[in-house]
Amino acid sequence: MPRTKSKVVRPSLAKAPTGIQGLDEVTGGGLPKGRVTLLCGSAGCGKSLLAMEFLVHGAVQYGEPGVCMDFEETEEKLAANVASLGFDLRELSKSKKLLVDYVSVERHEIAETGEYNLEGLFIRLGHAVKAIKAKRVVLDSIEALFSGLRDDTILRSELRRLFQWLEEHKLTAVVTGEAGEHTLTRHGLEEYIADCVIALDHRVTEQVSTRRLRIVKYRGTSHGTDEYPFLIDREGISVVPITSLTLAHKVSTDRISTGIPALDEMMEGKGFFCGSSVLVSGTAGTGKSSLAANFTGAACARGEDCLYFAFEESPSQILRNMRSVGIDLEPWVNRGLLHFHAMRPTSIGLEGHLAAIHKMIEKLRPSVVVIDPITNLVSPAGTYDVKSMLMRLVDFLKVEQITSMFTNLTFAGDPQARTAAAVSSLMDTWIVLRDSKLGGRSRRELYVLKSRGMAHSREPRELIVSERGIDLGGVLTDYNSSPTVAGLTRVVASE
Amino acid sequence: MKKSSAKKRAPAKTSRSDFYQLRLYIAGHTPNSIAAIANLKKICEEKLQGKYRIEVVDLLEKPQLAKGDQIIAIPTLVRRLPPPVRKIIGNLSKTESVMVGLDLQPAR
Repeated sequence: MPRTKSKVVRPSLAKAPTGIQGLDEVTGGGLPKGRVTLLCGSAGCGKSLLAMEFLVHGAVQYGEPGVCMDFEETEEKLAANVASLGFDLRELSKSKKLLVDYVSVERHEIAETGEYNLEGLFIRLGHAVKAIKAKRVVLDSIEALFSGLRDDTILRSELRRLFQWLEEHKLTAVVTGEAGEHTLTRHGLEEYIADCVIALDHRVTEQVSTRRLRIVKYRGTSHGTDEYPFLIDREGISVVPITSLTLAHKVSTDRISTGIPALDEMMEGKGFFCGSSVLVSGTAGTGKSSLAANFTGAACARGEDCLYFAFEESPSQILRNMRSVGIDLEPWVNRGLLHFHAMRPTSIGLEGHLAAIHKMIEKLRPSVVVIDPITNLVSPAGTYDVKSMLMRLVDFLKVEQITSMFTNLTFAGDPQARTAAAVSSLMDTWIVLRDSKLGGRSRRELYVLKSRGMAHSREPRELIVSERGIDLGGVLTDYNSSPTVAGLTRVVASE
Repeated sequence: MKKSSAKKRAPAKTSRSDFYQLRLYIAGHTPNSIAAIANLKKICEEKLQGKYRIEVVDLLEKPQLAKGDQIIAIPTLVRRLPPPVRKIIGNLSKTESVMVGLDLQPAR
């Protein structure tokens, strides 16, 4: 019996792109077109901004004029807010791309004397939509009605009617709602919205704030249920998607020099794989930053763009220190090949850093990224968070075929060594640096603990850091194999 | 019967301060709108004889007027004079609340 072809035709859900970096990726193209999306979260979580970006991008980039019914801010205030993102609201409304209608609901001015409905609101909205042939609508925040009007029953049935009205008119709408204590929104708006609900969150843990976005529901679209970190900066919102949910990134067989010929030699004479991730761990003063700087310097010398995230030192400090060991990075900075991005680890949360790193990488599209060190990111957060953040970052870098180097400071016998162990599984290559004192002479040692997909030398070498740069010495024959795993907890002999 | 912009004038001979200028916003001739108009007329005739003016605005015909008085609910009665501006929403069936809303009767 011939197999009957069971072809399920699924009309793909039309999407209205938000134009917000990352959000369109995690939603599979944007918000449901012609439907109502609820955006909820506590005060200051970025709801209004996200809604406004959706509207402005729609008007500017996608040719979909939008109406904003704002229950909180006047046209002037809103114009000022949008101006901070680089959009001229007045210009947009002059060219009939955007229309703002400020709706003031003041309970003390309103007395209720019998039955009513919200037809006035419908008429205003309809009038505005018609005036600019709007395709998008934002109602921010419609919950203001609950504080302005006493009759809950009327209000609720009218809200239901309003959302139906929006859908009947094929408007892609975003409705914002304040987070409730045990519910998504204070007044249960989620009951009326069937298609798409997005929750924003702004958490402060150990004095560090992180913003996260979660798609609570999205009918007809498979979506990640994770919390995606997002960032608000001068250019608005950017969401960090988990770029590869599957481990399906292409791997390269191209190689990239480590910057030290002798180290390349240890790795089949060719160095790292392009797009691989490299962990350099070691105790204080073992030359991690020097190795990273040398790697970037070599990449720049080949004319490749490098992005250096410094979490410990300022760029000028790094430049000065590296010059002292014969690595002059300044010409590369001046030629625009090397980009430093320095920030305090505690300035923003882990997710914030992830988002910022993401954004910079998206912008510059470098071929080499250095994060020096990841250790400092660990301090404000738990090991688990760091691992999940790094996993996202590493995945992202691999998809983009960017070779990355992470330095990690380990302390002898310190639990932080576990961090290195935790993240090491994400890394393709792990280079261990350490101090040792043998025969009264202090020296730095380097060995390649692992390097996936290649035959590499596992013999320890001496790492020589001098004013002429860094190089490797011969294979250490007097090397005492450490009793502990990977030599991470090797106790440095005290003076 | 066209009520949209019909102005019901009453001779305005009294002093400005106790003259009531009222504007009633409706949207088509729904039962609530019709009730509101009837209720308003009745109250005004009883309490404000000769010192009021009612203007009925049908937003279906003049939607652009909704923004100016910040109208969201229908029907809405706006007391434009005497100041301050007062808003009363509903079909005005609760006479007592209307009187309080219009300052015709002190709140109890």
